[in-house]
Amino acid sequence: MVDLALAAPVAPQARWIAALKRGGARLWLGAALVGVLALVALLAPLIAPHHPLEQDLMSAQLPPAWVTGGEAAYWLGTDSLGRCVLSRLIYSARTAVAVALIAASLAAAIGIALGLIAGSFGGWVDQAISRLIDVWMAFPPVLLSIVLAAVIGAGLTSVIAAIVVVDWTRFARVVRAETMVQLKRDYAAAARVIGLSRGGLLRLEILPNLVPLVVTLLSVEMGIAILVEVILSFVGISVAGDVPTWGGMIAEGRQIVYQAPWIMALPIGCIIASVIGFNLLGDGLRIVLDPVQRQ
Amino acid sequence: MRWGEVVRRLLLIPPTLFGVAVIVFVLLRVVPGDPIAMMIPPGASPEDILRLRVFYGLDQPMLQQFVTWLGQALTGDFGRSISVHRSVFALVLARLPATLELALLATLIAIVLGLIIAMIGIHLRGRRAEWVVDGGVGVLLAIPDFLWALILLLLFGVLIPLLPISGRIDPQLDVTFRSNFYLLESLLTGRFDVANALLHHMILPSLALALPFAALVARILKTSLAEAEDQDYAQIARARGFSRPKILLSEVFPNALIPTVALGGVQVTLLLGGTVLVERIFSYEGIGNMAIDAVINRDFPLIQGLVLTFAVLFIALNLVVDLVVTLLDPRLRHG
Amino acid sequence: MTTVLSVQGLQVAIGKGAHAANVLRGVSLDLQPGEVRGLVGESGAGKSMLGRAVLGLLPANAAITAGTITFAGRDLLAVPERERRGLLGRHIALIPQDPMTSLNPVKRVGHQIALLLRHHLALSKRDARERAAELLTGVAIREPRRVLDLYPHEISGGMRQRVLIAMAFACDPALVIADEPTTALDVTVQRQVLQLVERLRQRHGSAVLFITHDLGVVAKLCRTMTVLHAGRVLEEGETAEVLARPRHPYTRALLAATPRADRPAEALRPVPPALIESLWSEAFRLDRLAVAGRP
Repeated sequence: MVDLALAAPVAPQARWIAALKRGGARLWLGAALVGVLALVALLAPLIAPHHPLEQDLMSAQLPPAWVTGGEAAYWLGTDSLGRCVLSRLIYSARTAVAVALIAASLAAAIGIALGLIAGSFGGWVDQAISRLIDVWMAFPPVLLSIVLAAVIGAGLTSVIAAIVVVDWTRFARVVRAETMVQLKRDYAAAARVIGLSRGGLLRLEILPNLVPLVVTLLSVEMGIAILVEVILSFVGISVAGDVPTWGGMIAEGRQIVYQAPWIMALPIGCIIASVIGFNLLGDGLRIVLDPVQRQ
Repeated sequence: MRWGEVVRRLLLIPPTLFGVAVIVFVLLRVVPGDPIAMMIPPGASPEDILRLRVFYGLDQPMLQQFVTWLGQALTGDFGRSISVHRSVFALVLARLPATLELALLATLIAIVLGLIIAMIGIHLRGRRAEWVVDGGVGVLLAIPDFLWALILLLLFGVLIPLLPISGRIDPQLDVTFRSNFYLLESLLTGRFDVANALLHHMILPSLALALPFAALVARILKTSLAEAEDQDYAQIARARGFSRPKILLSEVFPNALIPTVALGGVQVTLLLGGTVLVERIFSYEGIGNMAIDAVINRDFPLIQGLVLTFAVLFIALNLVVDLVVTLLDPRLRHG
Repeated sequence: MTTVLSVQGLQVAIGKGAHAANVLRGVSLDLQPGEVRGLVGESGAGKSMLGRAVLGLLPANAAITAGTITFAGRDLLAVPERERRGLLGRHIALIPQDPMTSLNPVKRVGHQIALLLRHHLALSKRDARERAAELLTGVAIREPRRVLDLYPHEISGGMRQRVLIAMAFACDPALVIADEPTTALDVTVQRQVLQLVERLRQRHGSAVLFITHDLGVVAKLCRTMTVLHAGRVLEEGETAEVLARPRHPYTRALLAATPRADRPAEALRPVPPALIESLWSEAFRLDRLAVAGRP
C-alpha cells in the first residue's frame, strides 16, 4: 500500500522514455512501416532486380514466381510490356516518397503561414482568409485536383501543385484555431505585457506549441499525398509514362484485371501499407508529443 | 439554430456559388488547354477552327464570356457541352439520379454498418477485445473509397466473380424507364427482378463509398457513447437500477447522436465527392464519371455545370445536417 | 428492530498492486429504519465512496477489498445482479450532488420521472404521468404539468434539485443516500431543500444517510452523525452530543474550524495521520457506543 505523500520529481530522461512508451504499438508499427518505405525508396537502385523500364516482350504478363507459369527471374511477375513488377514497385516507392515529402511540406508551409496570420491578426484579415478557406473547401477535392492537373498538364510538378492546392486548407484551419486558442491563454497576455512583439510572440511562444499538431498533420498529409498521386495517375494525368508510379501501375492493371490481376493488386497493397504506416506514425507522434500529457 | 440563422445560411448560398463559379471559370481559361483543339479532327482548316471558337464564344474576352455565361445560367441555360453536343443542363439532369441513388444507398449502408460497429465497440468497452474493434475501424478509415473500390473489384469481381464490375444495368435486360431514378422506379412499380439486377451493379460501388464513412461514424459514435456513459446522468441511472444495455440505448444514445451527426455529417460531402473516382472505376454512368471525361476533354461548359452541381449538393447537404443537429439537441433550439 | 443498512468493516481500494491506496479502511455503520444519519468529513475523507459502495457505483479503478454491506438483511455484495437492480432506485435511492449534470439534457423532465416509475412500479404511461405530476407537487413545484414537459435546461438549478429529490422518494424507499445535495446550491435554496428532504422523509418513513462536509446542515437535519477521516470512522453518536462534547481531537478541530457568527474560525490544523492512527483504538470506540446505549 502506498503512502499518499507526494512522489519525488521525475528526471527528464525518464519522462521521454515514458512518453515513447505511451506511443505504444501505434508508434512502433507506424515508424516501422514508414521506415521500410523510406529505405526502399532510398536504396531503390541497389535492391531492384531489374531496371524498371527494361522491357522483355517475350516474357509479358508473367504471374508471380510461386504461381504456375511464373519465372524465378521475375519474382512478382511482369506487366504487358514485360517489365519487372517488383522493380517497378520499388522505383514507384521512390516517386511516392519524393512527392509525399515535397507536397506535404509545401502544403504545410502555406497552410501554417495563412493559419498563423488569420489566427493572430483576427479582424477582417481573419474573415477574408476564413471565407477563402470555406469557398475552397466547397470544391470537391478530387475534382479540383483533376481539373488542376488537367490544365497544367502531366508531370510531377502538376501532381505536387494539385496536392498543395487542394490540401493546404487542412493545415490552415487547424493552425488558425490553435493560434487563437493559444493567444487567449494567460501566458500570451503575459508575454505581451513584457513587450514581446507579435512576431516574437508567434515565434517564441506559439510555434513551439503548434509543433505536435503540425507533426501529426504532416504525417497524415504525406499519406494523403500518396493517395492523390494515385488518383491522378488513375485518371491518366500524373507523371510522364516512363516514370513508374503505383497509380500508373494500377491504371494499367485495371485494363487487364481479368488476365493479370496481380498487376493491380500488388501496388494496392503497397499503398495501403504506406498510408496505414503514415497514419499510425502520426497518431503515435501525437500521443508522444502532446505537451499536456507530458506532465 | 433559430429561423434567423436558417435564413442567413440560405442567403449565403448565392454568393458562395458565385465565388465557386468565378474560380472555375478563371481557372479553366487562364491555364493552357484548348477545348477546341481537343475535339477537332485532324486536317481541319483554320476557318473551321475559328468558326467553332466563335460558336462557343471562346473568342471573346474573359469578362465578356463570364457575363454572357452568367446571364444565361440565371435563366437555366448552362450552355452546350463541347464534347457531347447537348445542353449541359440536360446532360447533368440525365445522369444526376444515378449518382444520387448510389450516394443514398452508400449513406444508408454506412449508417447501419457504423451503428453496428459502434454498438459492438461500446459493449466491449474496457475489455481486451476492444482494441480489435478500434484497430479494425482504423484500417477501414485509412483506406480511401477509391482504393476500396479497387479492392472490392479485385475480390468480388475478378478473383471470386460474384458481381458485375461495370455499368449501371445489364444491357440485355428488357425494360424501359420513365425517369432516370432506375432503382426507385423499379421498386415503386414492383419490378423486383429489375431492382435486383440494379442492386447487383450498385452494391460494390456503394460499399466502396460506404466503408470509410461507416468507419468514421463508428469511431465518432463509439467515442461519444463512451463520453456520454461517463456523464453524471448515466451514472445515476445505474444507481436507479437500470441495466447497462437499457441505459446505453435510451439515455446515452440520444445524447451521443448529437456530436456524431455534427461531426460525421460534415463528412457526408466527402462521400459525394468520392463518387467521381468510384463511378469511374466501375464504369457507372453517373455525374462523377462524366466529370472525369469532361475534364480530360477540357469541356468548359460541362465542367462548369458539373462543378456548380456538386457545390449546390455540398451546400444543401451541410444545411440539412445542421438542421438535423438542431432537431436532435433541444438546447440549441431555445438558444 | 431490523437495521435498514449495516456496513461492517468495509475496505475500498483504488488502483491495483503496488500503486493501490485504501480509500476506506474498515468502516462500520448501522442505520435504523427512519434514522437520519449525517456523514461528515473533509473532501477526500471517503464519504462519497461509502455512498457509492452501497449503491454499487464505485469507479472502474476502485474495488471493495473487505467487509460487508447488508440492506434489510440482504447481503448487497452477494446478491444476484438482477435482484440488486430491483432494489436500487426503488428501495435504496440516491439524491445526487450536482443538479446541473444529473438530469439527461435531451429528455423532458416528465419523461425521465415516468421512465423511473414505469421501470420499478410497472405503471401505465398515463398513470406514470399522473404520479409524476403528484411527485412534483410534493416537492413544492408550482404548475407541475407544465414543468413535466420542459427540458432540464429550461428550469432553475434549485428546481432541478427538487425534481431529483422527488425522483429519489418516488418509489417509497427504505433508504435514501443524499450525496452532498446542498453543496451546489445557494444558501437560500439550501434551506428549502433541507426542509423538503425532512418533510418527505417523514412522509415515507425512509432512513437517510446524509453525506456532507457542512456541520451546520448536520446540526439542523440529522439526529445522529458519523465523523469520517482518511477512510476511518473517528467518532459517532447523537448529533447534539457529538457537537456539544466532541471526544476526538479531530472532531474538536473540525468544530473549531466551522465559521461562526460569534467568533473567528480557526483554520483546521492538520492532524498528522500517524497521530490519528495511534489515537484510534477499539477501546475508544467501544467506550462511546456504551454511552450511546447500543450493544
